[in-house]
Amino acid sequence: MSNTDQDKHLLEGLALNNRKIIEAIYRDNYPMVQALILNNSGNGDEARDIFQEAMIVVYEKAVSGNFELHCQLKTYIYSVCRRLWLKRLQQLQRYGSLIENVEETITVDEDLELHEKHNDDFQLMEAAMSKIGEPCKSLLDAYYIQKKNMQEIAVDFGYTNADNAKTQKYKCLVRLKKLFFAQYKNGQ
Amino acid sequence: MDEILLIETVERYLKGEMTGHEKTFFEEIRKKDPAVDQMVVEHTFLYNELEKQANIKAYKHSLYEVENKLTEEGIINKSQLKGKAKVIFLWKKYKRNIAVAASIAGLVSIVTTALIGTYNTKVGNKDITVLYAKMKDTDKKVAELKDSLNQRSKRNPNPDYRATGFLIDGKGFIVTNAHVVNRMKTIYVENNKGEYFSALTIYTDPNTDLAVLKINDTAYKTVYNLPYSINKTNSDLGEQIFTMGYPRNEIVYGEGYVSAKSGNEGDSTAYQVSVSVNPGNSGGPVLNKNGEIIGIITSKNSIADGVVFAAKSKNIYKILEAAKKSGDTTNIKLPNNTGLKGLDRVQQVKKMEDFVFMVVGN
Repeated sequence: MSNTDQDKHLLEGLALNNRKIIEAIYRDNYPMVQALILNNSGNGDEARDIFQEAMIVVYEKAVSGNFELHCQLKTYIYSVCRRLWLKRLQQLQRYGSLIENVEETITVDEDLELHEKHNDDFQLMEAAMSKIGEPCKSLLDAYYIQKKNMQEIAVDFGYTNADNAKTQKYKCLVRLKKLFFAQYKNGQ
Repeated sequence: MDEILLIETVERYLKGEMTGHEKTFFEEIRKKDPAVDQMVVEHTFLYNELEKQANIKAYKHSLYEVENKLTEEGIINKSQLKGKAKVIFLWKKYKRNIAVAASIAGLVSIVTTALIGTYNTKVGNKDITVLYAKMKDTDKKVAELKDSLNQRSKRNPNPDYRATGFLIDGKGFIVTNAHVVNRMKTIYVENNKGEYFSALTIYTDPNTDLAVLKINDTAYKTVYNLPYSINKTNSDLGEQIFTMGYPRNEIVYGEGYVSAKSGNEGDSTAYQVSVSVNPGNSGGPVLNKNGEIIGIITSKNSIADGVVFAAKSKNIYKILEAAKKSGDTTNIKLPNNTGLKGLDRVQQVKKMEDFVFMVVGN
């Protein structure tokens, strides 16, 4: 496998939430990122957070399907982490230039903007979910997020049958929809 | 069409569960009725957002698990002991000042303790209820029945008291309340599978009302990877918390928030929390939303509603340090995992409940 084929394989695995591939990417890239952050006034926890966020950026890209590799995955991850860390340092007002080994980096600003947009959407949904109240929240979570089937849900939530649970679920969904779109429109 | 029926139809349409005929028919309606079309568009959007949410949650979960694995292998650093050199430097620089300050502080504390001692008739404040439970006859019978079903477990003849405890080291070290074990001559712990193990008290600290037990039962098998960590720092006011314990013969979950940074009468070793607890909850862990243990339920105010006290988790570190200083060689390793971070509550509780024990004795 050539280098890019290898990367492509990794990204496809990532999009499918393949544990082995996630682990492989961690093993290959984590030490480099950790060194960057530890050498630049960060600690282990911060390195972990930054790398995690970068992994989500890569995932979003992999899922969107238009991941054009202009560079190696390694370079991409490093660039994203570097950018995220600089931003964090700025927020924490720990100024100063980065001390780092000379690594190739690329510009990732556009991708990070997109990532922030995704993050906002994600939070809108979380907020809407937290506002609908129980049992709606748990019910929708069980069905749409945890992907349980209606039979299981009826038993877990104590509905007499799956049809009752289903009706309740749809009622909840109507509420979620109203809340979500109200916020979504405000946010635009 | 009424909205619920319509949503149901749209969902079937999106999932591709419609038959060919039905689909054509529905698409007809969609073309004719802009309101229906709008609905389909909106619902598709919502459905996709939910789908994304589900995927990213599952993905984050994988990330946490990989992180945990690699942290154990040492590839990911735990952040600890940073800036040690600086502390030593500061210590040298300010040694004299600290010595003077410490001696003044020492003097002041001796005087105040003496004063408080004279004015205060210590503990037993009648408005404070400690939360161990006396076992009712029915409970005992249930326990006996359970036991006859479960032949493997050894049986403690007739427990009088019940409380809660949780593992701090998979080798069988459990934290609970001092007031719990002080009442018991023989102590047993029971896990959520109904297995009993005998245990011994190894440390108690009456000031913070904490105790450490050691399971000394050959049937007990060491468990690895406790999924939580024990917080060393103070929690913030308003932080969301949850607790698990045994006010009944079955594990019970409760949630609330940190309502004050000190406990009864300004006791700085404890928090006031607002969560519903009952006798039997004593010794139960209090966790924050990231699954870090921040405290241990100890008591509640019997008059005021919703006033519950929990010893701060950093006291666990203090007890173990003090024990080490006095020459104790028991090597307890406190857990330092973030396996519960990012999970939803149901999953957190599921992962947690194996490590929360019922503490019974007579």
